[in-house]
Amino acid sequence: MSAREQILGRIREALRKPAPFPGHGHGGNDEHPGHEHAATPALLDRGGIAQPIIPLRPSVAARPWLPPGGVTHQEQWERFCIASTELKTTVFEFGSIEEAHAKLREMAIAQAWTGVASHHGPLTDAAVTALALPTLFTDGGYPVNDLEKCSVGITECDALVAQTGSILVTSRSTGGRALSVLPPHHLVLARRGQLVPDLGTALEQSKRRYAPDWPSMISFITGPSRTGDIERILVLGAHGPKQLTVFLLP
Amino acid sequence: MTAAHQFLEQARKVTRDLRHRGLIQTALRKYEVKRDEKKRAFPDWESARQAAAEVKWDAINHLDTYLEDFVARLESRGTRVHWASTAAEARDAILGVVRERKAKAIIKSKAMTAEEIHLNDALEKEGYAVVESDLGEYIVQLRHEPPYHIVFPAMHLTRDEISDLFHRELGSAQTREPEELTMIARRVMRQKYITADVGITGANFAVAETGMISITENEGNARLTAALPKTMITLLGIEKVIPALEDLALFLPMLATAGAGQTLTGYNTMYSGPRQAGEADGPEEWHVVLLDNRRTELLADPEQRDALHCIRCGACLNVCPIFKNVGGHTYGTAYSGPIGSVITPHLRGLKDWKHLSGASSLCGACTEACPVKIDLHHHLLQNRRNAVVEDAPILERLAYQLFAMVVNHPTLWQFAKELGRTFQPLHRWVLRSKLDPARAWTATRDIPPMAEMSFKEWWRTRR
Repeated sequence: MSAREQILGRIREALRKPAPFPGHGHGGNDEHPGHEHAATPALLDRGGIAQPIIPLRPSVAARPWLPPGGVTHQEQWERFCIASTELKTTVFEFGSIEEAHAKLREMAIAQAWTGVASHHGPLTDAAVTALALPTLFTDGGYPVNDLEKCSVGITECDALVAQTGSILVTSRSTGGRALSVLPPHHLVLARRGQLVPDLGTALEQSKRRYAPDWPSMISFITGPSRTGDIERILVLGAHGPKQLTVFLLP
Repeated sequence: MTAAHQFLEQARKVTRDLRHRGLIQTALRKYEVKRDEKKRAFPDWESARQAAAEVKWDAINHLDTYLEDFVARLESRGTRVHWASTAAEARDAILGVVRERKAKAIIKSKAMTAEEIHLNDALEKEGYAVVESDLGEYIVQLRHEPPYHIVFPAMHLTRDEISDLFHRELGSAQTREPEELTMIARRVMRQKYITADVGITGANFAVAETGMISITENEGNARLTAALPKTMITLLGIEKVIPALEDLALFLPMLATAGAGQTLTGYNTMYSGPRQAGEADGPEEWHVVLLDNRRTELLADPEQRDALHCIRCGACLNVCPIFKNVGGHTYGTAYSGPIGSVITPHLRGLKDWKHLSGASSLCGACTEACPVKIDLHHHLLQNRRNAVVEDAPILERLAYQLFAMVVNHPTLWQFAKELGRTFQPLHRWVLRSKLDPARAWTATRDIPPMAEMSFKEWWRTRR
């Protein structure tokens, strides 16, 4: 018998005895309203009957207990900006593409960019052309050492998440797995319409867009790379970008 | 020395170490402030906990079907899945891949499961160099130590100790700046990512619906580990499965809040296969190793099955008065703190690990902190009961039989009381000495003096 069959066999054997549904035991703070609990069993009472009393899969439906993402675009953008400030993500909102490109050129000079890494896309192509710096496109493969030497990785994104200040990137739509983490600065070009309220919406949207042919990686980036491993003191740029910038374009 | 002796000896040493206590308490106070702040962002944290517990209950109580879904979807996109019943089988599966690829350098991101099966030792014994890429893990690896905490591996060290360590092991200049220390590790690691031919990761969740694993991290080291090496290996326990992709919308913020006091951790990444046609980079092949290692034994115990709901956030460690005082290394297990004390007897045998059930004040802080509502402190109590049922110490059994006999017979009880009253005044001559018959009690506690008159006697005088 294969290890697969053995493990599945042991699981099926184990599951023949039902386990009590959560909320029947002592799971802490049981007195909260909204959920009916069966009488608390005696301290060391064995077992209980497995009975899903609440319709399961609260997932896709409304989740009013999770941190809100805002209803209107204005609310969502405010939340995204507040989250970004806390995360130390730099955020700019532009009225036109030209303004954004002017800002890009300004940053390139201020931070002395020598090389840019990017991928092909309507927003990135225009930005890279406007920058007129040596550019490495990652599409279809690239030398890793060259990417490591780039000053900035400029990518598009799939979504901006208001609830958490996150940026959703994928290996297919935003230039592969390494482009958004290897260069010391990650700059994201997003459109106004890409802002979504929360993680759930971002995931549902991705499912509609890709399933079942998923990009091999999808990633929520929430702030620049960070660590608190030394005395719980925050340091940015542990392994990934020290700097994360978001441009919101019309 | 048995594990129990080692625990006691270490605990005695660490609890007296005021420097250690200061360090841990400062770190955990910072965590507490941030955690409470982030919890307040949830309009209803309790309902979120209940929902998380229910989703995990669904996953674990239909584990066979969800696992099969997960694996079928992974395999359909070119991922090789290895099933491992034991730690040895998991190590062999990984070693097999590493050997076949003739790997020269291996980079690894954080995986507690790898600690559980002692993966690095096995790889090093075969002559393969493995580098831990998570900063905290890298620090403890340089010290040849296991991680101190499942989320904060190096929280027991000061910046000075880390600076000394880097100076000694890497030849870097001494510094007191955490930022500079981090940059030293960053520079070392950059080259490792680029030269490594195998990358090993763990996983926080396995999504049955879409055949994805999800990795939560802050540093970006797992992202790079899964991007640059040609071969990727992921090791995860079978209990990591969750039913639907949207469940992540619940678990990712809860894990970040409970685990580190963050809204969301820096990178939450879902992988569904090796590099696909048309993609810029990524590993050419991906091996996923599914580990049982007696998780099915825990599954077979309906009373404690919910311990498999654990998402390894470490919240129960952070609030545990025992953990805060004895420290992470004292446990001598891959998983420390309350959750470790609950599951280790199941994973490694009750006989040698039952002492961990006593490493609890039964205050219940762990149960209250758990984002998936695992009934931790009652499970510790149940493990104590199971240990006695399985193998009661003869002396203890005799003592309780004697006690039962005495309290069941009024004359005997009366006699015992008289005996106590007569001899207690003499007790102070031997108190806490080797001759003290009650030394096991008196070593750390007082014995109150017996009342001169019992209630019964007093009642009689009133009439």
